[in-house]
Amino acid sequence: MKILVSVKRVPDPYAKITPSATGADINRDGLQMAVNPFDEIALEEAIRLKEAGKASEVVAVSIGGAESQEQLRTALAMGADRAILVQTDALLDAPSVAKILAAVYQREQPQLVLMGKQAIDMDENQVGQMLAAQLHLPQATFASKITLENGSAIVERETDNGIETIKTPLPAVITADLRLNEPRYVALTGIVRARSKPLETLTPADLGVQVQTRMRLVKVEAPPARKAGKRVSDVHELVRLLREEARVI
Amino acid sequence: MKILIVAETDGGRVSEKTLPAIAFAQQQSPNNFAILAIGENLQCIETLTGYGAQAVLTVSHPALTKPLAERYAPVIAHHAHQLGADAIVATTTTFSRDVLARTAGLLDAPMLSDIIALESANGKLVAKRPIYSANLIGTFEVEGSPVVMTVRGPAWGKPTPTSAESPVQSAEAPPDIPQRAEWLGLQGGSGGRPDLTQARVVVSGGRPLKDPETFEKYIGGLADALGGAVGATRAAVDSGIAPNELQVGQTGKTVAPELYIAVAVSGSVQHLAGMKDSKVIVAINTDPEAPIFQVADYGLVADLYQVLPELTELVKNSRA
Repeated sequence: MKILVSVKRVPDPYAKITPSATGADINRDGLQMAVNPFDEIALEEAIRLKEAGKASEVVAVSIGGAESQEQLRTALAMGADRAILVQTDALLDAPSVAKILAAVYQREQPQLVLMGKQAIDMDENQVGQMLAAQLHLPQATFASKITLENGSAIVERETDNGIETIKTPLPAVITADLRLNEPRYVALTGIVRARSKPLETLTPADLGVQVQTRMRLVKVEAPPARKAGKRVSDVHELVRLLREEARVI
Repeated sequence: MKILIVAETDGGRVSEKTLPAIAFAQQQSPNNFAILAIGENLQCIETLTGYGAQAVLTVSHPALTKPLAERYAPVIAHHAHQLGADAIVATTTTFSRDVLARTAGLLDAPMLSDIIALESANGKLVAKRPIYSANLIGTFEVEGSPVVMTVRGPAWGKPTPTSAESPVQSAEAPPDIPQRAEWLGLQGGSGGRPDLTQARVVVSGGRPLKDPETFEKYIGGLADALGGAVGATRAAVDSGIAPNELQVGQTGKTVAPELYIAVAVSGSVQHLAGMKDSKVIVAINTDPEAPIFQVADYGLVADLYQVLPELTELVKNSRA
């Protein structure tokens, strides 16, 4: 079976992110970019399923400018078989991204779509659910364990109330949470091999998608800072202050 | 703006986690909001009826005994359409992230996740929400109707009770609810302690707590003395010291209790993102340079094993 994995180019998770001088965006000077860490986990899961003989092909797809090829090369180096870049410089909102991915799904007809539960730039946590809705597929979000058997996926999901287990027939959309796996480091041989793997470039128009962005980021600012309080010398002073000054116990 | 609030349920019971979404509706559209609660034979409907909603709609159906997005989203989309809702709103939780984003997909509606402020300007909604792991606040403009929103609980607080009771009306489920995904089970639970996102006091522990028994003894012990909930850092969860659902931070839960006590928590940006809106923060850490002290109202540089038993005893005595 074929697995489609979406891969977003985002700032490196360890980079310091600050507002730009105009406040309309973040400061992108010298900013390191990376594969969205949740997508990297989704990709790792897809590659493991292939290595375990449960999947036959892993296709990575990204949407963005030409520079997103870098992240697709990383995906190929990790072990994806081929990659698709839907190239656009338009700023897309989540419904637009879901529409483009839905068109890629129709073209590729995978049995499973895996992606990160959210991207660490906008932190929206929407695209997987919107994609599943548009395609009328079942969904399993926030997966921390995936077991495939007899055309179904048994998925453990991280919810606020604990680990929920659901079973869904395939095809389905599954979004990866942090504890699904630990992605591998890319080996040099993988990087070399990735150069000869196919990377196809399409446009939204090639896929018959007209995107209409209804949501725009117009301002970026630092959150209000919280100032440090006082040091206490022992637990007696602490309890006294919590009772008499803060009045919270 | 006509608002439809989606109550958080587990299929059998309405959760108080819905309350910040009601507070949001009271502020934005006090005379024009309804609440939709989905499940089967739902308990605790009265949680929703005392805040001025025009109606509390309940949809009961045997296919809706567990909160599966594939089943709940079409019910929400159906009633949002029937009511002509301009906004479909729930408190940010894993329930709403799962179910409402699918609803937005069904309605082809834009969605604002986890908003902390909202106003209208020139026919557009303008919302603020945390971005980049809560390192920054983004302002977003959105066009269209309906718009789906999840609202960050601590930013909106609790609703104001009203004298009149909202009428409870039973509403139809749409035909042909898809039933492909099935619910198999749930492991976890707070073990009788208050819910982490609802608690007045939260005591959190980090990786130096060594193992689950030590974590429970020290962190659980202090939390119980305060009548509070237990939280944990991602490092503590990743190393198996604390269960996943206790994780506080950008990839875990957002909490804003009256009192947050961080024990052996260094204070990574990701952790701070989940707790820095707490009213009073206490940090106990051996490292005087730990970043947690930069946000703490009261800091104690000390070894937890030396001070926590005494602190727990003092708290017990002061509350006795």
